Amino acid sequence: MKSISFRRRATDRIMKTLFLLSVFLVILPLFLIFFDLLWKGAKELKWSLLTDLPRPVGEPGGGIANGIAGTLTLAGLAMAGGIPLAVLSGIYLAEYGKGVLASLVRFAVDLLAGVPSIIMGIFGYVLWVLPMKRFSAWAGASALAMIFIPIVVRTTEEMLKTVPVPVREAALALGIERWKTTLFITVRTASAGIITGILLAMARILGETAPLLFTALGNQFWQTGLDQPIAAVPLQVFSYAISPYDDWHDKAWAGAVVLILMVLVLSIGARILTRERS
Amino acid sequence: MNSRGNIKDFLFEKTTALFALFVLALTLLLFALLVRESLPAIRKIGASFVTNTTWDPVLEEFGALPFLYGTVVSSFLAILIALPLGVGAAIFINEFAPDWLKTPVSFLAELLAAIPSVIYGLWGIFVLLPILRDHFMKPVSRVLGWIPLFQGPVYGPSMLAAGVLLSIMIVPFILSVSREVLATVPKVQKEAVLSLGGTRWEMIRIVIGQHCIPGIFGATILGLGRALGETMAVTMVIGNRPDIVLSLFQPGYSMAAVIANEFTEATGDLYLSALVEIGLVLFFLTIVVHLVAKLILNRMVPEARKGAAR
Repeated sequence: MKSISFRRRATDRIMKTLFLLSVFLVILPLFLIFFDLLWKGAKELKWSLLTDLPRPVGEPGGGIANGIAGTLTLAGLAMAGGIPLAVLSGIYLAEYGKGVLASLVRFAVDLLAGVPSIIMGIFGYVLWVLPMKRFSAWAGASALAMIFIPIVVRTTEEMLKTVPVPVREAALALGIERWKTTLFITVRTASAGIITGILLAMARILGETAPLLFTALGNQFWQTGLDQPIAAVPLQVFSYAISPYDDWHDKAWAGAVVLILMVLVLSIGARILTRERS
Repeated sequence: MNSRGNIKDFLFEKTTALFALFVLALTLLLFALLVRESLPAIRKIGASFVTNTTWDPVLEEFGALPFLYGTVVSSFLAILIALPLGVGAAIFINEFAPDWLKTPVSFLAELLAAIPSVIYGLWGIFVLLPILRDHFMKPVSRVLGWIPLFQGPVYGPSMLAAGVLLSIMIVPFILSVSREVLATVPKVQKEAVLSLGGTRWEMIRIVIGQHCIPGIFGATILGLGRALGETMAVTMVIGNRPDIVLSLFQPGYSMAAVIANEFTEATGDLYLSALVEIGLVLFFLTIVVHLVAKLILNRMVPEARKGAAR
């Protein structure tokens, strides 16, 4: 057998090294970002960050407590509307979805998933801010819901489809009505997957900034009502980051640490849930 | 399995159908609202909206071409950087890496995709911009400053910075879709090349050339769709200047960024309407790109994308 020529072997080596290098280059920013978050965020990472209201520039202390409350409020509102809508639509698509309506809905969901989040902000603005003539939590939450819904419809449908048909048939053969079979057998079997989808979608909307810029707007104080402007951590990070003040830059980094922790807990939680299932 | 004869089954099916219909209605509503609010600008400005290069809200002159240009150029720049890296990394992970390495690496890539874009922007302003400016743009400008692509004074915020930051953000998508595409190659074919005495690289070259080009093209388009609509990170590093300049070292502007920056300040109905029209154009652009990517990938990777395909 002829041995592989030096040139061919060298090319093979070089290409392998280049591929390995690209893995490093892809992953490197992740470590840089986490390192910088901890390094620069540490300065302002104190207890008061989580409990205090923002203070004017120059005054020490102050936190983003209203932003944390606002982010949770916005996500909560978006999910309160989004979960039933998205999960039931997902059930329809997976269990009954064969006709024209189903193809149209699938197309719409695909389309929604591709729409940039800033455009969902315009949606919230036109739907709420224009008629009410003020920025509000409702507007922000509607924009977030539009991002949340397509993700959850899709994962719900996909997860339900992984439940084997014989499971449904077995239930039906026992004389269980179809709707009960769907809700208490099929959906329950797929529940871990559906919840994973919900958690991932939640992680996604927690960090969204663009759709909130001209819907929720932000607020220096505690929210007074859902029809009023409301603070959110991503908005605070943004406005601190583009401000000209060094101590606000420190706050931006600290806020970013809080934000990434919220997102990571959800993403990793979702991952653990999926792993336990399989 | 049928629902005839049982009123509860019938009601349950129709309830879920109603919710699905509602999702469809929301999508139509989104489209209708965008069109309705753009109409004043469409009527008043007409086609010059996408050909005029002057954006001057004070004089009510609304030409969106600089934003279109900035969005397209920064996104292509991002693809140019992210494509080789994403595909290269996918090849290494799928074809060379030992099994124990695959899970952690894809986990890290997923984390990269989970970072909110405002954090990319923050990091872009305070870490990436200074590094790019001092260690890349300044030296390059000193030596190659006569080339139009690198002309002009170096500030930092620039088309290049936006492209680089965007590439970091879309690389995880290109990576994971490329891995799916690579995984569709029949094992027999790879083994055939190896058994004929081919090296790993020759196997990859032959197999990818045969099998994966359309799929990787789909992955690229999918990444492009992400980049086109990305708002916060771009807004924070692109420099926000509505000029069309060839130099990548100069500030630019993008469609998403102008909406983000000027929406709350839009005094006057025409100004607001013009901004919504930019949103409408962006909407069409991203949707076309997204659907093309889906079409290609659904054909390429039927197994992995069964759910979305039907």
